[in-house]
Amino acid sequence: MSEKSIFKEIRRRDLLALAGKAVVTVASFGLLASGASADTAAVSKAIEKSIGGKSPQSGRVSLELPQIAENGNTVPIAVEVESPMTSGDYVKALHVYSEGNPQPDVATFRFTPQSGKARVSTRMRMIKSQNIIAVAEMSDGSVYMGKKAVKVTIGGCGG
Amino acid sequence: MAKARVKVPKSVKKGEVFQVKSLISHKMETGLRKHKKTKKKIPRFIINKFSVKYNGEEVFAADWHPAISANPYTSFYVKASKSGPMVLTWTDDAGKVTEKTVKIKVVS
Repeated sequence: MSEKSIFKEIRRRDLLALAGKAVVTVASFGLLASGASADTAAVSKAIEKSIGGKSPQSGRVSLELPQIAENGNTVPIAVEVESPMTSGDYVKALHVYSEGNPQPDVATFRFTPQSGKARVSTRMRMIKSQNIIAVAEMSDGSVYMGKKAVKVTIGGCGG
Repeated sequence: MAKARVKVPKSVKKGEVFQVKSLISHKMETGLRKHKKTKKKIPRFIINKFSVKYNGEEVFAADWHPAISANPYTSFYVKASKSGPMVLTWTDDAGKVTEKTVKIKVVS
């Protein structure tokens, strides 16, 4: 074996070892997540469960999320709904869903005219890059929806 | 259960919409993780309800799912009406309740 081919062989072995590790990591991650993740169908089901048969209109709901989240264990999220928040016209509830997490539900926030402003911020877990959906129920019965995609570098949820 | 911290402005004007920031320490176990050695699932243990009462009236509430991060932080808004207590309540899966009261001072 020439010097060059030995070098090549080592490189190849290193790469194989690395690849093996990567597979193990991915596999254990899958185990931690345990089972299928929520997808668009699960999200629409969850939305239907919370708002009934109404079909949401787009607009009025804006999501503030980082484009790229480095740590999926704690991703800052803020959602604001355009509304005068008076006793005659206010946001009753705001539901947040995730398309990529093991469970579609993230949180539901309930407002009153006394809230003054339909804005809430919190921190959430994301197992992988995905779409986050927010659905707002207004006091007059109308429903609005907003959506935002987030790229996740290291997933949360599982551990 | 846990240590809770709440931040509100020192004083607010009547009718002003002010921000309330809240933080509570809780591991928010998702129920999906497995124990490293025993490989058994660690049971879900999260705070599932958060509620805020201002002068005895509920002004903001939330239902949380396991997708909410550990040590949940939440900020929201309230419209100032009159001086009085604001009571924040967190309830976890075990039914344990943590309560924190802050005073809202409304100046005209």
